Amino acid sequence: MSSVDAVLGKSYQHGFVTEIDSDTLPPGLDEDVVRFISRKKREPEFMTEWRLKAFRHWLTMREPHWAKLRVKPIDYQSISYFSAPKRDPNAPKSLEEVDPKLLATYEKLGVPLHERARLAGVAVDAVFDSVSVATTFKERLAEAGVIFCSFSDAVQNHPALIEKYLGSVVPQGDNFFAALNSAVFSDGSFVYVPPGVRCPMELSTYFRINAKNTGQFERTLIIAAPGSHVSYLEGCTAPMRDENQLHAAVVELIAEDDAEIKYSTVQNWYPGDENGVGGIYNFVTKRGECRGRNSRISWTQVETGSAITWKYPSCVLRGENSVGAFYSVAVANNYQQADTGTKMIHIGANTKSTIVSKGISAGHGQNSYRGLVKILPSAEGARNFTQCDSLLMGGDCGAHTFPYIETRNPTATVEHEASTSKISEDQLFYCLQRGIDEEDAVNMIVSGFCKTVLKELPMEFAVEAQNLLAVSLEGAVG
Amino acid sequence: MSAATPLLEISNLSAKVGGKNVLQGLTLSVNAGEVHAIMGPNGSGKSTLAYVLAGRPGYEITGGSVKFQGRDLLTMESEERARAGMFLGFQYPVEIPGVNNVYLLKAAVNAKRKATGLPEVDAYEFLQLVRGKMKLMQMDESFLSRGVNEGFSGGEKKRNEILQMLVLEPTLAVLDETDSGLDIDALKVVARGVNSLRSAERGVLLITHYQRLLDHIVPDQVHVLARGRIARSGDKTLALELEKRGYDWVLEVA
Repeated sequence: MSSVDAVLGKSYQHGFVTEIDSDTLPPGLDEDVVRFISRKKREPEFMTEWRLKAFRHWLTMREPHWAKLRVKPIDYQSISYFSAPKRDPNAPKSLEEVDPKLLATYEKLGVPLHERARLAGVAVDAVFDSVSVATTFKERLAEAGVIFCSFSDAVQNHPALIEKYLGSVVPQGDNFFAALNSAVFSDGSFVYVPPGVRCPMELSTYFRINAKNTGQFERTLIIAAPGSHVSYLEGCTAPMRDENQLHAAVVELIAEDDAEIKYSTVQNWYPGDENGVGGIYNFVTKRGECRGRNSRISWTQVETGSAITWKYPSCVLRGENSVGAFYSVAVANNYQQADTGTKMIHIGANTKSTIVSKGISAGHGQNSYRGLVKILPSAEGARNFTQCDSLLMGGDCGAHTFPYIETRNPTATVEHEASTSKISEDQLFYCLQRGIDEEDAVNMIVSGFCKTVLKELPMEFAVEAQNLLAVSLEGAVG
Repeated sequence: MSAATPLLEISNLSAKVGGKNVLQGLTLSVNAGEVHAIMGPNGSGKSTLAYVLAGRPGYEITGGSVKFQGRDLLTMESEERARAGMFLGFQYPVEIPGVNNVYLLKAAVNAKRKATGLPEVDAYEFLQLVRGKMKLMQMDESFLSRGVNEGFSGGEKKRNEILQMLVLEPTLAVLDETDSGLDIDALKVVARGVNSLRSAERGVLLITHYQRLLDHIVPDQVHVLARGRIARSGDKTLALELEKRGYDWVLEVA
């Protein structure tokens, strides 16, 4: 960088500072933006360096195009990488001080944030655009020794844990979108469950993209120390916008000896309208590592939203006897495209994995399952069971299955079952003849199809997921 | 329902399916309190009649009329017909994987109650009712939580149809070859179920190939369907005669 540039850069940075009033960065991405985000979040030096390393790596990478997706070119310089909701200079210190309008929005989304949260036994770390505005039940969790806070708070208050674990499952250079996220992520959630502790409640985060033209890049890190247990639910919604919005998140899970993490997602990002205009581009990297013996990680996802879904929640089964699971329902209606699945990497002996994928295609939707089961030579006695079912509604949609199996240990057992079916006229008529109207009948048949996945969700969210399926398939038949 | 107004009144009904004229001027009346058996050779239109009555899509009505409790049945949607008290026992009940049997039953009962302005059924009472009917049908309670017909044997599917009928208490039950594929014990159980529903307010249209069902469910009238119309009607002795002589003599006379 020449000295002239440095000066220009500085004044430009200053320009950013005046921009802070609106709390939104102008579009564009360079090292200064990365530094701005890090400074804005008052991050320690190691974080700034970590981000910059990711950014520099990202510059050398290319967007991946191996998925069965048709994506309009993304202009990364036209995206604003930081946006925080406007509020009084006296930032809210408790829920009572949070902007009631903001709370009203959550209420519309059905987030049990206020008193309802306690009744429902759910702790919510709500993310509005990029900044955490409210965190509930910190105290009750703190009593159990559980840390549950925004990622920014964790960087401030638990830097040693962050430095130790961040990027240890998804390194900065893992893939194009993970690298981008590592450089510019603005916030997210952090969970640490200490040894032997069973987290006393379901943890839940709702994300919402609100401001126009902002990408959302959250980072989630969950650490389950030996013998601990935690169940985490992520729910997402985004309002309607004509333009496509980019969402590139990274989630890292670490389960030590005898620990268990259940991670559930109900994803309802805006899918675009019935002509395929608008909608979220969802490029997400989720990976869990069963680091310790007898550890367990399960991913359960119900994906009804987004114009594009590119997402493969995976398990690295390193610890002996560790168990990974992936339960997924993915819906592609109208012009939605989903390319989703999982990777199960068996490293330790006697590791087990289960994959159950249910793809529903309707309208002009295209739904692909892409899964890798990899058994390394060290994974003596490893087992995998994969079941992959597709349900087609109407004649213009598609379902595709891409299973990859790599076995390098002869003692491994790998089973794969796949089916494709249509909601048959026979099933529909049967329900109609019992007096059930068509919409209810379709919902019933779809719920039945997804049952093995839905039953993996925590009870209160299984109902929500079922409603969501009903809404996203409205009018798909008939 | 007075005797003056038949429960079901089919006049000169013609219907096409897949471009083929299957029903060709069929006329038939069923009064409340009566059981009518419809027999006839394969391809004579028995199942088509059942589907046309239930309003299955793909069946084109080309002539005639059907009145159900005085209402024009043919203008009603399938689900409306069901809620108005028309039940079809399917010849080949479909499997709906993952949907609990009891869930479907309850949804059906509530759909019917909603149509008549009644509140949803009480969950506990409903379960008691269903359990009682299952006992009658000699079905294990585990069937309640299994997927609708999922992995059921042929006989179990038929029993399940009758169970649904008993719970829904239709005004008119159209049973399409409910006896096919049943051994003699199962046949008796199914017959017991149907007989338990017989009453002065209800009618049953029993479509069957075999006289043996009629030993257990004694019909008021027997009709022979041939070439899309009723070729002959009589009392229960007609079925015995058909058993002995086959259908050919009826077709010749017709």
